[in-house]
Amino acid sequence: MSTQTKDHAELAEIFNKDEARVNWHDETLWWVRQKRDKAAHQIPEWELLRETASQIKNNVLSNLNNYLVQFEAQAKANGVTVHWAANAEEHNQIVHSLLTKHGIDRMVKSKSMLTEECHLNEYLSQHGIEVIDSDLGERIVQLADEPPSHIVLPCIHKKKEEIGELFHKHLGTPKGNADPQFLTETARQHLRETFLTRKAALTGVNFAIAETGEFVVCTNEGNADMGAHLADIHIASMGIEKIIPQRKHLSVFLRLLTRSATGQPITTYSSHFKKPRSGQEMHLILVDNQRTVQLGRKDFRNSLKCIRCAACMNTCPVYRRSGGHSYHTAIAGPIGSILAPNLDMRKFADLPFASTLCGSCSNVCPVKINIHEQLYKWRQVLVKEGYVGTTKKLGMQAMTLTLSSPGFFKTAGKVGRFVMKYAPFAVSNPLNPWYKQREMPAPPKESFGEWYQKNRNHAK
Amino acid sequence: MTVGLFIPCYVNQFYPGAAIATLQLLEKLGVNVAFPPNQTCCGQPMANSGFEHLTQGCNDLIIKDFAKYDYIVCPSGSCVLHIKEHIHSEKEPVKAASVSHKIYELVEFLTDVLKVENLNAHFPYKVGVHQSCHGQRGLKLSQMTELVEPDFSKPLQLLNMVKELEIIPLDRKDECCGFGGTFCVAEEAVSVKMGKDRIADHVSHGAEYITGADMSCLMHMEGILRRQGSKTKVVHIAEILNAEKV
Amino acid sequence: MQNSRDRILAAVAANKPDLLPLPEIPVFSPETEDASFILQKFHATATTIGSKIFMVKDFEEIKAMVSEQFREGRIVTTIPELADIAETDLKTIPDPHTLENIELLIMRALFGVAENSAVWVTEDLMQQRAAPFICQHLAVVLNAADIVPTMHEAYERIGSADYGFATFIAGPSKTADIEQSLVLGAHGPRSMTLFVLE
Repeated sequence: MSTQTKDHAELAEIFNKDEARVNWHDETLWWVRQKRDKAAHQIPEWELLRETASQIKNNVLSNLNNYLVQFEAQAKANGVTVHWAANAEEHNQIVHSLLTKHGIDRMVKSKSMLTEECHLNEYLSQHGIEVIDSDLGERIVQLADEPPSHIVLPCIHKKKEEIGELFHKHLGTPKGNADPQFLTETARQHLRETFLTRKAALTGVNFAIAETGEFVVCTNEGNADMGAHLADIHIASMGIEKIIPQRKHLSVFLRLLTRSATGQPITTYSSHFKKPRSGQEMHLILVDNQRTVQLGRKDFRNSLKCIRCAACMNTCPVYRRSGGHSYHTAIAGPIGSILAPNLDMRKFADLPFASTLCGSCSNVCPVKINIHEQLYKWRQVLVKEGYVGTTKKLGMQAMTLTLSSPGFFKTAGKVGRFVMKYAPFAVSNPLNPWYKQREMPAPPKESFGEWYQKNRNHAK
Repeated sequence: MTVGLFIPCYVNQFYPGAAIATLQLLEKLGVNVAFPPNQTCCGQPMANSGFEHLTQGCNDLIIKDFAKYDYIVCPSGSCVLHIKEHIHSEKEPVKAASVSHKIYELVEFLTDVLKVENLNAHFPYKVGVHQSCHGQRGLKLSQMTELVEPDFSKPLQLLNMVKELEIIPLDRKDECCGFGGTFCVAEEAVSVKMGKDRIADHVSHGAEYITGADMSCLMHMEGILRRQGSKTKVVHIAEILNAEKV
Repeated sequence: MQNSRDRILAAVAANKPDLLPLPEIPVFSPETEDASFILQKFHATATTIGSKIFMVKDFEEIKAMVSEQFREGRIVTTIPELADIAETDLKTIPDPHTLENIELLIMRALFGVAENSAVWVTEDLMQQRAAPFICQHLAVVLNAADIVPTMHEAYERIGSADYGFATFIAGPSKTADIEQSLVLGAHGPRSMTLFVLE
């Protein structure tokens, strides 16, 4: 996928060439947003729950090193082997070495956005290890050789007919069968064989409890459990920010997580892994990968509160109409747009601009991350750090000069109106992006300033 | 009470009707209104593009023009929100803070300061209300559908005083129209698609007019409506509240 | 040279904000303390999320219903009272892969949660961690008195209990990954039956 050369606007424009598909994508995700609203409105204390979750996460970030040490000690006491990875490469190496040690060359993996962020599958495949993703949506995009387009609904960009075609090609289903029930059953049989034959299973982590050393994995399919409970070695990968202080805090997060994500009251499975099964090895990898850098950015640190529910994606009018792949990063949408520049400002300089700053994301966020304010602040940082094109810079400087000097503004206004020249919506040029699909405002006989001069000023 | 009228730069140049209606409406309600002639822009177009550090000139001009009034009123939620949140001055911090406190978007000035309870207004049309995001989610002019909080709407509170006006329902009552400042050209494809979808919601429910408290959103939607050759028009809320029976 | 652990911890310590207090979880007074209302809510939620739920008087009733619905296939239970209709030797099975052909597993839950109809099961109740996931159908028995209103009461009840593995299960395994069409029976049980002992 050579998406890196194109920015969000270009990728979104390509996505918008098929308007019927955009409508379908938008409606599907809007439906998920509506389910979220319905679930939230059934909980009268919803806003207080969000506030509590937010404060717990604030406390976590402010005391993270101590919680990590506490968690590690508890997990070790429980018989779990704890590893630390400073970056994606070290994480991938740890996974690889664990597999090599056991002579394993095939692994089953349940959903973990962290492993997407670390590009684990590519790494392992280059080292001769086959990884099968067991979440149905992730398996589908894996067969299509694509990354997930959504962190909760990985193949939400795919139509069932396309999935039917993929299954026909890879799993031998009859051509033309696109029935979700049938396709899911096919995947069930195919993946059951995988679960039964893989000796290593990797899972993500939703929450890790400092107090007890246990970690919680939430799925609807049961794929994390199927993998972990049948494998000889269970590897769980988590970002260091996934810690919460105490077990009882799960009550707050589990009430919020799935209601925010899909509108369900809870996922089918909320599995608490504390000790390895007898005869099994359990490994846990704590990954930094620049989270500590983000922690040091005062304006952006609270993006680390994210619990990966994807509510901000489902509500985002831009995400719904541009698709997850247009964000060209593992975590798409509004939250991805404030996380990605921390990883690589140059590569992801476009993402904070892929928003109208409407603010809906911040309102649905179950841990109250001020996402749209951070998008605004990233724009300021990216401009100052020099990641925004020079032409834009010159235009802005000219605009600033004019708008901060009234004389210039009025003169410019008289000669064909200053705004005509600089306001993006007003350039009378068919190449102007405004004019492509929109008429320009009809120029009035006189400006308000001129009208006021004639009609009011004499009285003053 | 003297109110300083702040008219957004593009409204001044392209939508004088909205500005005139704002002025007349305030005068009708007995407010003494002054319009400082030297005003230009709140600085938001630059700031939202990442150039907030270049906007000090705009800030200084606003402070110079407006700090002296009891209130500052502007018929655009977006400009008001920007000034409220971002105006600052190292030279005159007190004046900057006072501007931030006394600037009001027109609708909230009518409902919260003047506490208007009835209007002599008449607008016999089917009207769809567009909730501009900065006014709604930023200034909290209306309750937001995402939150589990009691419902309210300041624009509707006023529109309900207008005779013969019929508010049409919407499928998505507070989705963004896609204007978004420079987003409208930087992300042209998505911006237009969002605008088309918003319009379709209004048109399919029979709107003859789409109104709102932010002319920029309306300008964007008007651009698309006119390109489509639609009969539906846009109108700033001030023009409806100021519309008298002829 | 420092290892990654020390480097990460040092970076966190250097970059974290000043300590912010850990809030108390507010007391959310449940809609009602009334047991029959809570049970009703549990019942309604279970139905919504695709579970089948039956109020039963005793194990005899459960046995009759199971025998009626599951005429063939391997039935396994971890409940001694159901020994005459199912295998009960789960604990002694050395390899969880051999659970693959279980048609129905019947086990106990410690309690249920009304707001989401999840049931809490710990490793000693399932005996094999894989069992409740690998079976084709799952049935869970719980006492009507053991239903709490929300997750807050649930974790109060769990307290500091020790377990190797435990899970909340809410309904059959499911997915809506294909165009948001809900399909029951993704990888785990195709159905979930709740027997509530009155």
